[in-house]
Amino acid sequence: MQDLRYARASSVAEASRLLADGGPTARVLAGGTDVIVQARERTQKISLFVDIKHIPEAVGVGGAEGGGLTLGAAAPCCHIYDDASVRSSYPALVDATSLIGGTAIQGRASLGGNLCNSSPAADGVPPLIALGATAVIAGPGGERRVPVATFTTGPGQNVLEPGEFVVALEVPAPAPGSGVRFLRFIPRNEMDIAVVNVASALRLDGAEVAEARVVVGAAAPTALVVEEAAEALVGRPLSQESIASAAAAARAAVRPIDDMRGSIRQRRHLAGVLTERTLRDAARRARGEEVASHP
Amino acid sequence: MSSRIIVSAEINGEPTEFLADERDSLLEALRDRLGLMGTKEGCNNGNCGACAVLLDGRLVNACLVMAAEVDGAQLTTVEGLAREDRLVPVQETFLERGALQCGICTPGFLVAAHALLQEHPRPTEEQVRYWLAGNLCRCTGYDKIITAVLDAADRTDVASG
Repeated sequence: MQDLRYARASSVAEASRLLADGGPTARVLAGGTDVIVQARERTQKISLFVDIKHIPEAVGVGGAEGGGLTLGAAAPCCHIYDDASVRSSYPALVDATSLIGGTAIQGRASLGGNLCNSSPAADGVPPLIALGATAVIAGPGGERRVPVATFTTGPGQNVLEPGEFVVALEVPAPAPGSGVRFLRFIPRNEMDIAVVNVASALRLDGAEVAEARVVVGAAAPTALVVEEAAEALVGRPLSQESIASAAAAARAAVRPIDDMRGSIRQRRHLAGVLTERTLRDAARRARGEEVASHP
Repeated sequence: MSSRIIVSAEINGEPTEFLADERDSLLEALRDRLGLMGTKEGCNNGNCGACAVLLDGRLVNACLVMAAEVDGAQLTTVEGLAREDRLVPVQETFLERGALQCGICTPGFLVAAHALLQEHPRPTEEQVRYWLAGNLCRCTGYDKIITAVLDAADRTDVASG
């Protein structure tokens, strides 16, 4: 392990102060499943860990004032998928948090960490974008809010300024008639990084689609909101044809890379397949049907 | 510069104070500072589960926890499963079923399986396989491990019923 110090913050102000004093090599420690590996393998220069798990706002999972859900940025996946209100009202968050790593990773890994690590393949990010989530950021200049959709700016890069950190994620209350579904393709059943992942959100007004959002991950430098897919769906009844048009739009929009996990051709194909499947499941959830996250 | 720190935690039911380097992982502290060698180092990056322990009741990989983080916490390692020479059911069924070969992954499997049975006393085979997906074994081919865990679930049921 590289030479580093550890500090425990018990308030947002204390964490901000520690990060400011620590300079550019100070890093927030939430679940540690990425940063501890980066520190050990020296892929990042880290001189100070600021542990934010003793800040109440950074670990809570629960209802927000005026409806909606507030997720502490450092709340572990297992606290998210075990939460009764998440299970009943935000099942897409269960889809994602129950397939990030294995059980021991889910005991530590957080959605705030997943967002700030800013991997193009992050499994937590497409569902947060589909849900319209906002990151609450604290820093030397005070607090600001940034939509998760514009938070990540490139692989490993995001909008955080020096001394800033994500305290919480705010998810608006689901509108009546809405449903969100997240699916990921990996070559095995669990414990791998997404070849492609997709989150789709639908709001139905009777048979007609009133709102739609399709977000494709691992197929561009950042998770991609496919506007053309939404356009293919909104204002008409959900049908075989409109779903196929949305899938075609997703295939056209992605800018994937070839790597050991998958080829450009495979990723493009998967973007279409997962768009279709997530839209069908999102519609079922919008109609109040149960769709199990996974076995 | 990192420095020496004093960490207080309840480890396997015993209040424990130990000296660690600020940059020690929990895995390093358990093995090198506390002599609790049951927790194994496999990959040291969160992929293999050989270092699985319970931290405040949650299953975690000790290689992905800083020793400094456990100050004030409760820890259970494989050494803390058995009580007064009585094995927990999953330890018994691992022995009976021969659910191990080289043994390096075994402590992690035992801790993870024990945690599973605490939370889901009657898991399906599919639940067992998903729960243990983060524990790698390169010898057994897993079937004997899965069978041993399912057997232990039956036994726990009888014991508690």
